[in-house]
Amino acid sequence: MERHDIVIIGGGPAGLAAAIAARKEGIKDILILERDRKLGGILNQCIHNGFGLHTFKEELTGPEYAGRFIEEAKKEDIPYRLSTMVIEITPDREITYVNREEGLVTIKAGAVILAMGCRERPRGALNIPGMRPAGVYTAGTAQRLTNIEGKCVGREVVILGSGDIGLIMARRMTLEGAKVKAVAELMPYSGGLKRNIVQCLDDYGIPLKLSHTVVDIEGKERVTGVTIAEVGPDRKPIPGTEEHFECDTLLLSCGLIPENELSRSAGIEMNAVTSGPCVNDRLETSLMGVYACGNVLHVHDLVDYVSEEAALAGRNAAKFVMEEAQANQTASGDEIKIIARDGVRYTVPQILSPSQMNDKVVVRFRVADVYKNKAVCVYYGNERVQRIKKKVLAPGEMEQVIIMKKTLEGVNPDSITVCLEEQ
Amino acid sequence: MNMDVLVIGGGVIGCSILRELSRYDLRCVLVEKEEDVCSGTSKANSAIVHAGFDAKPGSLKAKMNVRGNEMMGKIAEDLDVDFKRNGSLVLLFDEADRPALNDLYEKGIANGVKDLRIVERDELKKLEPNISDRVVAALYAPTGGIICPFMLTVANAENAAANGAEFIFNKEITGIERVSDGEHAHHYKVTTKDKDVIEAKYVVNAAGVYADKIHNMVSDRKLHITPRAGEYELLDKEAGGMVKRTIFQLPSKMGKGILVTPTIHGNLLLGPTATDQDDKEGTGTTAVGLETVRDKSALSIKNIPYGKVITAFSGLRAHEDGGDFILGETEEGSGFFDAAGIESPGLTSAPAIGEYIAMLVAERAGAKKKENFIEKRNGIPHVAKLSKEERAALIKERPDYGVMVCRCEEISEGEIVDAIRRTPGARSLDGVKRRVRQGMGRCQAGFCTPRTMEILSREAGIPMEKICKNRKGSELLKEGY
Repeated sequence: MERHDIVIIGGGPAGLAAAIAARKEGIKDILILERDRKLGGILNQCIHNGFGLHTFKEELTGPEYAGRFIEEAKKEDIPYRLSTMVIEITPDREITYVNREEGLVTIKAGAVILAMGCRERPRGALNIPGMRPAGVYTAGTAQRLTNIEGKCVGREVVILGSGDIGLIMARRMTLEGAKVKAVAELMPYSGGLKRNIVQCLDDYGIPLKLSHTVVDIEGKERVTGVTIAEVGPDRKPIPGTEEHFECDTLLLSCGLIPENELSRSAGIEMNAVTSGPCVNDRLETSLMGVYACGNVLHVHDLVDYVSEEAALAGRNAAKFVMEEAQANQTASGDEIKIIARDGVRYTVPQILSPSQMNDKVVVRFRVADVYKNKAVCVYYGNERVQRIKKKVLAPGEMEQVIIMKKTLEGVNPDSITVCLEEQ
Repeated sequence: MNMDVLVIGGGVIGCSILRELSRYDLRCVLVEKEEDVCSGTSKANSAIVHAGFDAKPGSLKAKMNVRGNEMMGKIAEDLDVDFKRNGSLVLLFDEADRPALNDLYEKGIANGVKDLRIVERDELKKLEPNISDRVVAALYAPTGGIICPFMLTVANAENAAANGAEFIFNKEITGIERVSDGEHAHHYKVTTKDKDVIEAKYVVNAAGVYADKIHNMVSDRKLHITPRAGEYELLDKEAGGMVKRTIFQLPSKMGKGILVTPTIHGNLLLGPTATDQDDKEGTGTTAVGLETVRDKSALSIKNIPYGKVITAFSGLRAHEDGGDFILGETEEGSGFFDAAGIESPGLTSAPAIGEYIAMLVAERAGAKKKENFIEKRNGIPHVAKLSKEERAALIKERPDYGVMVCRCEEISEGEIVDAIRRTPGARSLDGVKRRVRQGMGRCQAGFCTPRTMEILSREAGIPMEKICKNRKGSELLKEGY
């Protein structure tokens, strides 16, 4: 059986950053398996700018940002296989994939890095009644058809959901000549980045209707119109508030779901809030030697954070390979649970091991609602050790706190809590 | 075009009849107004094979149901269609309704349903651990089953084609005229919306919700069909294990009840509601309907994970005023045969209706059975279901079976190519989906739509801008600016 030190599943921004970081740690034998025909993942269809401000201190388009990593991976001579779909990962890190040229192949990995990304929530999951005509697309599918295939998906558009892809597509469709009539958002706040609301809706005069949802889709063959209604605090439509829009297209941007079929079938422990694997501070899953990073772990807002997180997974996977599997196993007494509560929906990682942690560990999280004038607090056991004042916190933006190794020395708390408190 | 038999309607009934007709030395053609078979009622129903305890003893529904159920095992094997006798349960919620449960049992016995018995709460809990605590007892029918209605329809169509039957799509029939060929002979001149004419000695009407319209073109004994909408919700395969059997509710003061069932592909299906309407094209779901589906499902099964719903749909049952199937010649010697009013248990009855109508037509035509009839059909291989060795061997032979297009259902390019290249082949996205399940998984075709369009365009020679979700007018793309 073919063997590689590190096998990375997914050649998008996470997979590429992980591969490069592992190579820089000295791992020679790396293989990236990518299901699409090109490296770069979803960034290839994100032709707008705004990527890379943190990483490169300049504004790049998605393909440019991906291009920098692809170039580096090629310079580092990291092997990859395209149009290759992994169909199975076993707990002892055997990976089976299929492709046109090799057929079905099983290989063995010293360490595995999961970087499969995420997918969009479909119409059915949103429980939108009405007809099922052509012209109902998830925003990402429309984005692919528009930007990669160069096709026109519609001329008169209503968008449900104000996730970032939906906002970006509102602008994109407008630039393509389509009329975007409204963006409806079920929640009283947007799920996307503030800058995207300003740059993609406000700048083009596209109305954002908060606390609204689609209550009917019309059209037997192609969408001919949709009806939108305001929702109450219970998120149910309020009768009498219906507003009809004639349109030929409905785009859905209602959330992203980490794509973890492989992780689940491998028996990896999952987190119910993130829909991604549970990981420790090394981004290692419940399966020894299997790491996760990027949107398969939890959905990110900025790709810069994906790259940063993936590099960490790459370095840790490299360390794992070099130290030999056994020595790396976390001693059971050396695990501190990180608890998310009081407005903090989840954290990544969920587990910290003080003896093995880096000097500095970034704990990322998202909040449950829009909050003003709150403080993000970190507790070691019952003792508050951090209190960071925040003017505004929103679910659309990822937040982070930093845990320094030295602050844990001699403390040995049984848990770490991240929560919100009044200022 | 001159044919012996013209079958109107490419649903499971029309295709089953066509396949049975193709056993005889008859030139047969099926005309369908949509772009593909399985485009009406057959594509949106409960996908179950009823045991046969429900229909009134002596009715055509009862006869065809029991016969169809008996035939299904062999049909499914011959035509390579997924089918499983998972058994069905009719739940009793209130002791006061026990006489009704006993009646149902008696009816089943009268209809000839095998192995029926009543099970009490304790046994029921063992059979179905997620069943509601309110349930008292149930009627258990081990012969009930689940099947893929798309595959059953397509498989019948493909096998009929292999045996010489022809198909015409995108032709709506607007006129049927009886033309005399002398004193004791006549044939039918059938006109389509675009003025095409097809002539045939015999006509079979399997037009689903439109079967009244077709029938009334030639007969004075008028039929009236009401489309009865049924809304459903389909859950992710992760929820498919909630129940093993098909769970019905005993009709009671709470209404007719709806079912909770695993599908043959491992999803969980909830529904249907029942709303009479005028619109024969009205397949939209409603907020009220979907809420009813959830509320009533919750009566049968505890803790259904509604967060795992991946799609909702509505199908139309062809309910004829008389309440029974209408099968046979309109009047003695007319040569015009109805298979009308086919509502539940229509899917189950399809093989029996096919057999029965084909026999009537063959008798009338004095046709003989062919000696070279091809009994078997091989399905498109689902590569993800094969063992690793088989899969590796198959990809070696056909490399496109190694290119995954639909991630959720694990469908390869090769399977999609097969769906398009077979006869009758897929010409729309829905046609591909119904044949090989591309896009039927949890992402509901988000990722695989562009790739499938590309393959459809290449294989069927349809420009991208002309690729439809289903019928003409449902083009997925617009002309660019």
